[in-house]
Amino acid sequence: MAATRETVEAVDQAVGKYKYGFSTDIESDKAPKGLNEDTVRFISAKKNEPAWLLEWRLDAFRRWLTMEEPEWAKVHYPKIDYQDAYYYAAPKTDADRPKSLDEVDPKLLETYNKLGIPLVEQMALAGVAVDAVFDSVSVATTFKAKLKEAGVIFCSFSEAAQEYPDLVKQYLGTVVPPSDNYFATLNSAVFSDGSFVFVPKGVRCPMELSTYFRINEKDTGQFERTLIIVEEGAYVSYLEGCTAPMRDENQLHAAVVELVALDDAEIKYSTVQNWYPGDEEGRGGIFNFVTKRGDCRGVNSKISWTQVETGSAVTWKYPSCILRGDNSVGEFYSIAISNNLQQVDSGTKMIHLGKNTSSRIISKGISAGHSSSTYRGLVSVHKKAEGARNFTQCDSLLIGDKCSAHTVPYIESKNPSAILEHEATTSKLSDDQLFYCMQRGLNAEEAVALLVNGFCRDVLQKLPMEFAVESQKLINISLEGSVG
Amino acid sequence: MTTPLLEIRDLHVIIKGEGKEILKGISLTVPEGEVHAIMGPNGSGKSTLSNVLAGREDYEITSGTILYKGKDLTELAIEERAAAGIFLAFQYPTEIPGVTTMTFLKTAVNAQRKARGEAELNAVEFLKLVRGKAKALNVSEDMLKRPLNVGFSGGEKKRAETLQMSLFEPSLAVLDETDSGLDIDALKVVAEGVNALRAANRSMIVITHYQRLLDYIVPDHVHVLAHGRIIRSGGKELALELERTGYADIGESAA
Repeated sequence: MAATRETVEAVDQAVGKYKYGFSTDIESDKAPKGLNEDTVRFISAKKNEPAWLLEWRLDAFRRWLTMEEPEWAKVHYPKIDYQDAYYYAAPKTDADRPKSLDEVDPKLLETYNKLGIPLVEQMALAGVAVDAVFDSVSVATTFKAKLKEAGVIFCSFSEAAQEYPDLVKQYLGTVVPPSDNYFATLNSAVFSDGSFVFVPKGVRCPMELSTYFRINEKDTGQFERTLIIVEEGAYVSYLEGCTAPMRDENQLHAAVVELVALDDAEIKYSTVQNWYPGDEEGRGGIFNFVTKRGDCRGVNSKISWTQVETGSAVTWKYPSCILRGDNSVGEFYSIAISNNLQQVDSGTKMIHLGKNTSSRIISKGISAGHSSSTYRGLVSVHKKAEGARNFTQCDSLLIGDKCSAHTVPYIESKNPSAILEHEATTSKLSDDQLFYCMQRGLNAEEAVALLVNGFCRDVLQKLPMEFAVESQKLINISLEGSVG
Repeated sequence: MTTPLLEIRDLHVIIKGEGKEILKGISLTVPEGEVHAIMGPNGSGKSTLSNVLAGREDYEITSGTILYKGKDLTELAIEERAAAGIFLAFQYPTEIPGVTTMTFLKTAVNAQRKARGEAELNAVEFLKLVRGKAKALNVSEDMLKRPLNVGFSGGEKKRAETLQMSLFEPSLAVLDETDSGLDIDALKVVAEGVNALRAANRSMIVITHYQRLLDYIVPDHVHVLAHGRIIRSGGKELALELERTGYADIGESAA
């Protein structure tokens, strides 16, 4: 008996080793577990990338090896074993997907219903084999044709690396250099895919990008890379994410987003982040380490970040603006909600380099349960930024007495003509407010939802209409069970 | 004999956690369609009574019963009492930042309708309803667009409360010190609104420290509350007597 068991174990081990052992077979759908130069080569080969891009990735990887994981954020999580993860997996084939909604987690479907998501979209979101559902491809094709007519390029990052290598080469890493920070460098080495947008001179993008595509742009993976370039006088509004909760097998996410706005260009970037936050004990949630930065490279350019953050177990994210061009404008509007054991450390950086640059920061943090929420922001005015202006408002709302909120604003000014304003408030959802609402007929959850939506109103108004409506519902769902 | 709308019997109430008894055996019967005034000095338990009727959880009933429409009121949650027709006009209406008065009213009206199994009103139906009621109470369109009670003057706050009362059409309205913070002109406007809502199927409990309010909202009965007990009950003339003699005399004569 003992001998049999030993044999079984030995075979298991051998098979296991083979399964996870090193292999550069690019026919495989999955890169072997672990991270080394071969993993990077595997990913690049899989995507059939030009040689320069592979070199770029390898440079980033070598640099990453010398870097230390940052520990300054007010988040705590178990040490990540980077060798114990997969860095590339091909999109799932239809054979792996659920055949119908009957095979999907009922809890997930319940949430979809609460959000009012139509059935077909539910199927697509839950990963039901899409061709069995509806012909989404033709819808996407129609919109792509419309964009093409306007001269707008909107495609996956991998496609852009093939089709528009010159543009990619010219702009990639110019806003977030591969050496920027631990997670951005990791992303530079192993990014899986993402979006590429190019809006040529003078073009106003005829539609909000990604509203119609969001169902189709799945499986972009854990290391997303997005690059958006808007030329002189052009405009784009880009919507990222989805209010519907997305399940992902990968716990570690490290995305990079780079925005470039040339003279008189405007970019509006809206995000709804609803990754799996983990269960009530905080198990299994996503770690979300994101580097997002916009470069107002041209004069009179403008970049706005609007975000609704409700998901992830750990969020580490500071969408920033480099206000390089004279008269350029940066904006950051944020709602960050944390419940149960979620931890959020988020904020923005506004770097004023050009003359008469202005920035506006409105951050609304809502903490419930045992969660912790930190606003961390930097407003920096450099020597030559004559006439720079900033207005910052950070409001925190606490629900219950087990959560916490922190505000860490850094302000540095090297130009005496700068005018910087900072306002911060912390309030608690009061029993009086709850009682008042309930006396008018709302139950406890409806009352919390109404009050929190009121608290976030300034920011919700900045979201594109459809996103705003969905976000309101999302906020309600995120705070379920946070009172009595 | 018909069942009275509200029947309170020997009600004893303490503050949760503190154990201090605030109401020490109150009995009060309010038949349908009547207006009862409860008068009393500060600290007599007036506001506690209104909060207990609304179901606020800071209080604990240690003994006694409250029957509303013949049923035990204490079994209902706060919002269920609202849907069942109990309305509390607050002495100090709470500010609701970021939520326009219009949004608040619509959310509340529909929450109550939903709880009663009635169809919810859509935006157009609601707008029509609220505009009609607002006009009658001199509530401007601008006020409806502002966040509820935020930056409202004392008069505006009380008018917003009265507007809610007229929208919800309660069976029992409890007006908690509606006169506080109002000058005489504002008081008249609010009283007019309240009087317009007097109806055969609606009872009111008007809680006040001063007789002044009762010049405008004339009650059917007056009760004097002191030290957690109703020490005297009578007709509207009792309020005038109080005005002359003060609470101290009445308290002493009862003791």
